[in-house]
Amino acid sequence: MWSLLLRKLSMGRLTQKGGNSLRSHKSSNLPSSFRKSLQIRHLDCGSCNGCDWELTASINSIYDLQHFGIDFVASPRHADLLACTGPGSTHLLNAARETYEAMAKPKWVMAVGDCAIDGGVFKGAYASERGIGKTLPVDIKVPGCPPTPDDVIKALLEFMGKK
Amino acid sequence: MLGLQEYLQSYYSNPAVKIEQWEKHEGLVEVPPHDLPGILAYCIAMRPHPIWLTHVVNDERQLGNGFCVYLVLHFPGKDFSLTLVAKGIKSEFPSLALIFPALNWSEREAQDLFGLQADGHPDPRSLVLHPGWPKGFHPLRKDYKTGKESKDFKRAPLVFPEMHGDGIFQVPVGPIHAGIIEPGHFRFYAIGEPVLHLEAQLFYTHKGIEKLIEGRSIEDGLRIIERVCGVCTVSHALAYCEASEKLANFEISRSVLLWRTILAELERVYNHVGDIGNMCAGVGFALGNANGSQCKEELQRLNLEFFGHRFLRGIVVPGGMKSIPGPTESQTIRSRLQELSDDFEKWIPLLIRHDGFRQRAVTTGVLKPESAVDLGVTGPAARASGLPYDWRELHAHLLYPELKVKAMIEHKGDCWSRLMVRVKETRESFRFLHILLSEGMKKSEHRPEIQKSFSEHRMQPWQPAWGCVESPRGTDVIWLMLDDESKIYRCRVRSASYANWPAVPLTVPGNIVPDFPLINKSFELCYSCCDR
Repeated sequence: MWSLLLRKLSMGRLTQKGGNSLRSHKSSNLPSSFRKSLQIRHLDCGSCNGCDWELTASINSIYDLQHFGIDFVASPRHADLLACTGPGSTHLLNAARETYEAMAKPKWVMAVGDCAIDGGVFKGAYASERGIGKTLPVDIKVPGCPPTPDDVIKALLEFMGKK
Repeated sequence: MLGLQEYLQSYYSNPAVKIEQWEKHEGLVEVPPHDLPGILAYCIAMRPHPIWLTHVVNDERQLGNGFCVYLVLHFPGKDFSLTLVAKGIKSEFPSLALIFPALNWSEREAQDLFGLQADGHPDPRSLVLHPGWPKGFHPLRKDYKTGKESKDFKRAPLVFPEMHGDGIFQVPVGPIHAGIIEPGHFRFYAIGEPVLHLEAQLFYTHKGIEKLIEGRSIEDGLRIIERVCGVCTVSHALAYCEASEKLANFEISRSVLLWRTILAELERVYNHVGDIGNMCAGVGFALGNANGSQCKEELQRLNLEFFGHRFLRGIVVPGGMKSIPGPTESQTIRSRLQELSDDFEKWIPLLIRHDGFRQRAVTTGVLKPESAVDLGVTGPAARASGLPYDWRELHAHLLYPELKVKAMIEHKGDCWSRLMVRVKETRESFRFLHILLSEGMKKSEHRPEIQKSFSEHRMQPWQPAWGCVESPRGTDVIWLMLDDESKIYRCRVRSASYANWPAVPLTVPGNIVPDFPLINKSFELCYSCCDR
């Protein structure tokens, strides 16, 4: 217990500063109740898992996505936003549609990474789409292969009108 | 490898067995398909047990060879790799899965993608292609021009074994999981809390990469290979480059070898610390997860700062490296790694002395050594079951012989052992990086000409070549054949996850359902490079 406490004291605050603004600076198209907090459901549609790891990194103690009022939730029923990674592998499309249908309205879709936007390097593979936009209505696109956690957080904050 | 060579030579009475090539470390032997089971049975009776590197089916009908099966085995201790090739297969090939169960998935995959029949296979269900594709869809056949078949994919029910009896119930989980995880469907057959049987249905992220890559140049292919798996980028790229450099007969300069070794170890370290953290996440142990993910983040930031990419993409190129850091940068990397290594020694005791965590991990998810051998398990999973197989030790490549790598082993085969193997290997990798970067600091006088004229080298067409690298999850093997325009004719990706996934369901029975996340995370397998 003491060792834990000592480590905690010696480390201090880890979360990087900058951007922890809770007031809206810019206009956002979101209804006002979604501008302060957003619940995200992640959906892997055949990604190489690079984007997935970057999403995971965005909730580590250094980026601490939660302190912006954004969090990942376990069920589409609890989610406002579906964060899709990967080009849309054929085997998974039905499950992707069902996940989207399970979300309560209003709901939005974010395409994370080049693959999710247009298929990326996997364009033309026989069991893959050219991006998730063919299957689900995409509202935000975050380009990159993979986009860094900073890119993802910036896109989310802009979407919410926080930055 | 005298005994083996003599045995194969004794087949000379049978003119169909041809020793095509037999050098110090590699051999290529052509055998008739019907002799393959006998020769394989002889090979795997040798001790120490040989390990499989890859199993490739190739459509060589346009060369007049019919379909061919290539099986690459490695004999530990002798650093010898043997490729057995069976040519002239028409519609069925003898199944080897009963002799060497590691080949189970690979043969089922060949049935799906080539439309060949594995004669005598104990479980001929489809594997890679889920039920619902149009009949006769065998995309890896050369005469099959893929187009819009994905539109014809109609969802069909998956096939699972049935189970009857009092109190048995099924728990279907997935393909979409709670959390930021890749997709896969698991079906638990449970009695009360303990699991009786687990079926894993993967290949939800199957995209058809092996077909996509055909017809591309070596350089274009690398972009795709680096994206087979997000977190084993360097391992896949190195294996791919090793195969293509063999085909070009290309010598790599020492400084390139040095920096490739550094990259491979950096990849191992950031994965291992992340995986240690993730195992803690599997039991809801937030402290361990937080420390692991912080350390991983620091390492990935270091990757970005000095190599331009958080996952180290785009640095390894066929014939060399895109850029090589100078001595001052080496010094900075070394001192940063020293800090992280010191920090690692501070937070690791917090986990491994935590009683609650120990109790969850010890005796959970045991992989027996004999199962690991039979299924061809590789990487930390094999070493945690007492198999001393570390490709860095078994095969002389990169600068590993100088580092005198020793396989870090544990004997219990449970989640705890897999954790401890990773802890030990992380320590070793930090040590190796220190040694390697010290050499990087000295190399100031000559800057190597990077990627010197690799593209001008003539690549041997129609020759098989493989490359293998120990990734954080085990051996990643890339098998390559080029056509006469130096375009990729066939590229088979056998990742560590592909080799290890069949072992995961074996470790679950007897454990309770809530232990599955921990067991799964202790293997820390990737779905993407398994499904491709």
